[in-house]
Amino acid sequence: MKIAVCVKAVPDAASGRRLDPGTKRLDRSSELAISDFDTYAVEEGLKLKEAAGEGEVVVVSMGPERAMDALRKALAMGADRAVLVSDASLEGADLLGTAKALAGALEKEAPDLVLFGQQSADGGGAVLWAAVAEKLRRPVISQASELTVEGDSVTGKRQTEFGYDSIRAPLPAIVAVSDAINTPRYPSLKGIMGAKKKPQDMLSAGDVGGAGEVGTTVVELSPPPARGEARKIEDDGSAAEKIVEFLAEKRLV
Amino acid sequence: MAKTLVFLEHHDDAIQKGPLGVLAKAAQVGADVDGVVVGSGVKELAARAGAFGAQTVHVADDERVAAPLPQPRVDVLAKLVRDEEYDTVLFAQSILAADVAAGLAARLNAGLNWGLVDFDGETGRAPQLQDTVVVDVGWSTPVRLGIFRAGALDPSETGGSAEVRDVAVELEDFSTQAEMLEQAHAEQQGPSIEDADVIVAGGRGLGEPEKFALAEELAKALGGAVAATRAVVDAGWYPYSAQVGQTGKTVSPKLYVALGISGAIQHKVGMQGSNVIVAINKDPNAPIFEFSDLGVVGDLNQIAPKLAELVRARKG
Repeated sequence: MKIAVCVKAVPDAASGRRLDPGTKRLDRSSELAISDFDTYAVEEGLKLKEAAGEGEVVVVSMGPERAMDALRKALAMGADRAVLVSDASLEGADLLGTAKALAGALEKEAPDLVLFGQQSADGGGAVLWAAVAEKLRRPVISQASELTVEGDSVTGKRQTEFGYDSIRAPLPAIVAVSDAINTPRYPSLKGIMGAKKKPQDMLSAGDVGGAGEVGTTVVELSPPPARGEARKIEDDGSAAEKIVEFLAEKRLV
Repeated sequence: MAKTLVFLEHHDDAIQKGPLGVLAKAAQVGADVDGVVVGSGVKELAARAGAFGAQTVHVADDERVAAPLPQPRVDVLAKLVRDEEYDTVLFAQSILAADVAAGLAARLNAGLNWGLVDFDGETGRAPQLQDTVVVDVGWSTPVRLGIFRAGALDPSETGGSAEVRDVAVELEDFSTQAEMLEQAHAEQQGPSIEDADVIVAGGRGLGEPEKFALAEELAKALGGAVAATRAVVDAGWYPYSAQVGQTGKTVSPKLYVALGISGAIQHKVGMQGSNVIVAINKDPNAPIFEFSDLGVVGDLNQIAPKLAELVRARKG
């Protein structure tokens, strides 16, 4: 079984995420790391491969060249190869361009199963898998918190606004997994050492059918409305007392 | 004049509040607004959208599109956009709507903006990075797609009536491959959290399912109900009926105490209407502190039991 896991390299949460007022896009100049949400998809891919006893897990991404450093975390976790679509013409790509580039890379790989994380950690979007599924003309299951592969079909349990659905689709299929599906493993020292030697391929926009259209624009950035009188305290051992004082002040106790 | 189509998602014989709010917004900015309902046995409920501002409601009433799966809906909407020349298609955020909108974007090569909280007919407003920056967004394609954030818009009943028009359903081969084995129905179990004056909610920061006892103890002391985030419900720590957020309940208690909750947007939209929000979290950078009236950086294992004890003592 061949599994492709689509991941995004995002600015490290610890170093802070901000929009660049010049380009009005996310500032990606700081350290990049695999989006936390995507590590669940990597883990699920590895588990499925291990359960099958054979197969291959390929991580696929689009981003600047140095995103390859971030993809190495997935390789260190156990993924076999990394494919990064990187091209100056893809800078500023939105959903349309990203879906086109990933679909192009996935077409070359022809996996049985394509996995995504539940949302992007920076843009907060939860739309890419459905767009990629449309480009590839494959069935899609989103937000799966349980996944079973049996024979040539995949079944996912997923939460909606109304409770839990169970959906089955024939392979090849596209599945986005929720962050409740597993606990991603930490890369072992051996995994980290071995990651650098694993195949890491770079594709250009031309390799995946050219840059897509950009369908959206950013008109203006502005600060959020001012907060109320929010208070933030560090617990010095008296936090419980302070909360009670606060609640009493608000007549809530 | 913009010609706008609104995806009218329905469940259990009712159009959802979200898309009705989107209808109201689209009508307010002066667009010609129509709706589309996709399902089986849905003609009657389609007609009701007229009272909320839809001029025409297209109905794709077909057994094959009965299950709320996205890809057949992309087929229906794509055909409508082409045949009826809609330039704008608007959605209210939901698991289904996001997948339909994204599939449609790829099918029509149409720009998609999501997380919208407002729209003036030209520009949308979409706060980003956990609401730390407000972004005004636009479109550069002939067809514009937008998803509004859950709960961002309120429906307004105008009392009009809509013309209901049947739409022939033509499906792509790959659109019908996914199959609904079991469809979600609202589970009614346990006391409703929507009516509680006080809610103590637990998230992944509790560390393990057993730690919900801390939330329960504090809720009992405060005379409130216990709620949970999507992440812990999805992980099986607490029942879905207690979930607050985009795919759970929307609550507005007098007091909302968040234990070990980071404060993702999907949670925020379900509880931001609370009068007073108190958050305890060990991560000083947790987004929840951005919208808490009182944020406490500390160990909830220490603070929550002591707080319960102090509240009990105060009540005598």
